[in-house]
Amino acid sequence: MAAPLTTKIAENLINSSVPTQTREIINVCELSLYYGAARALAEISLKIRENVVTAFIGPSGCGKSTLLRCLNRMNDLIDNVRIDGRCEIGGHDIYGPEVDVIELRKRVGMVFQKSNPFPKSIYENIAYALRLHGMKKKSDLDAMVEKSLRQAALWEEVKDRLHSSGLGLSGGQQQRLCIARAVAIQPEILLMDEPASALDPLATARIEELVLDLKKDYTIVIVTHNMQQAARVSDYTAFFYLGRLVEFNTTRKVFTNPSQKQTEDYVTGRFG
Amino acid sequence: MQTSSSQPRSTAEFSRTHFDAWSFLFTGVTGVCTYLIIAILLIILGNIVFNGYSHFTWRFLTTGVDRGMYDPETAGVLPMIIGTVSRIILMTIFVIPVGVITALYMTEYAQNSSLGIRIIRGAVANLAGVPSIVFGLFGWGFFLNYLGSHMDQMLHPEAAKAVWGKPALVWASLTLAVMTLPVVIVATEEALKSIPPGLREASLALGATKLETVLRIVLPQAMPGILTGGILAISRAAGEVAPILFTGAVSFYPDLPKALTDPFMDLGYHVFILSTQSPNIEQTRPLLYATVMTLLLLTFLLNIMAVLVRARIRRRLRSFQ
Repeated sequence: MAAPLTTKIAENLINSSVPTQTREIINVCELSLYYGAARALAEISLKIRENVVTAFIGPSGCGKSTLLRCLNRMNDLIDNVRIDGRCEIGGHDIYGPEVDVIELRKRVGMVFQKSNPFPKSIYENIAYALRLHGMKKKSDLDAMVEKSLRQAALWEEVKDRLHSSGLGLSGGQQQRLCIARAVAIQPEILLMDEPASALDPLATARIEELVLDLKKDYTIVIVTHNMQQAARVSDYTAFFYLGRLVEFNTTRKVFTNPSQKQTEDYVTGRFG
Repeated sequence: MQTSSSQPRSTAEFSRTHFDAWSFLFTGVTGVCTYLIIAILLIILGNIVFNGYSHFTWRFLTTGVDRGMYDPETAGVLPMIIGTVSRIILMTIFVIPVGVITALYMTEYAQNSSLGIRIIRGAVANLAGVPSIVFGLFGWGFFLNYLGSHMDQMLHPEAAKAVWGKPALVWASLTLAVMTLPVVIVATEEALKSIPPGLREASLALGATKLETVLRIVLPQAMPGILTGGILAISRAAGEVAPILFTGAVSFYPDLPKALTDPFMDLGYHVFILSTQSPNIEQTRPLLYATVMTLLLLTFLLNIMAVLVRARIRRRLRSFQ
């Protein structure tokens, strides 16, 4: 929180060295998604690199959240959804017949728009998934809970009240608890669906710092309404409009020299 | 505005110019109706307590009917208390799991708009409207005559007398369970629907299976609602006589029910027997009032217990909210 937010945009756009050598871990290939007869995503193709932050931007209803939820198959929960095309993670088609959705979701974690801690204690919120996936020993659980809370920059604030309710935290703390919960099971990819849209500017700044920190260990895909946020935290940006991928490039390119007129209009605030 | 600006406003503009007779009348009518209800309730309860309390003694509560049913000095209601309590407890054991699992299927598993679910919803709504005597006949026909006699043929082919194919505690409880099923299903469904979908999503996104999500996240949250359903079911079943008339309750059975296949005496049914079958109505009257008092107190106690349990669970859940 040292530098003002506008300075951060400049830093990210001018100084950052965008990693171009890392592995392409997510490979979406001509993916279309239908809710009943309505097409929500039209032949999306994009490749997402490991250990970078990729932002999905675009106006409401453009399909950015829908695509995000394809990546850990959360759309399976909705009736009447049909998906065409391929979506590979680490070289495996996640919509293939032999895929174990449970295993997939362990490897592809998710943080939601509305913070949704379980009505349990802070400790139990994190231990829940660890226990499900077989961790039993109290000392292991204790260690992982602390590690996750530290990773989510929440440890110092809650270490004295681990056994009080997760719902007693502030909105920003709840969202960081959800991030801690997601990273506790050590996924490779972290999907964030507008993680800061319900938070005040200070809490938003903390989440953004956290995203930059977590980039070291995780591949992050973040959906955001807030273009400044995309410019501050992401290395790559994908711009969606009406279910189509309009432009996908480094964030610097998208924000300073977009190739499409629609992208330019959107990032300069002429519509959306 | 222009016309009134010349002269100062007076408060007389707001003073009452006429007596609103309709408002007065309606206030009166609604008030009278409300107090009438309270008065009726007090008269009924007062009448029962006034006539019954002198016989509502420890001896009355703890003796049976070994020395006759109609003599207020020797007859008691212990078998009826045991019978009524057992049938209610057994009913709860039958109805809660079935009702909860049905509601879980309808809200958590099945597609909400599918034809099957709409049919089940309709069936549940209709089941709630069936008169209780029809449940009694159903229980007699299905449980006792069909299920019971087939069990006798298979389990006790040599027995001279029917073991299962006769009025029994288990059949009465099952009939009551069928009758109260809609109450439990609807209450559980409402409780499940009120749980934020975000909690289910969060659990599934962490790689929990549907079953783990339902057992560890959804059901604990729904517990107070499920217990509300249980309380409503107990309230409805405690006073019902019609469903157990053919399926388990008998007018005279001095032993306490010990097995699922035993018939039993029931407080509600006993009230009917005392008031219609007594050779000397005048002499039996105090006994009748004391029995009614016992039934009311028992229903009240069962409800209080269930409400306390629910409050405990709510408190425990709320400490995490």
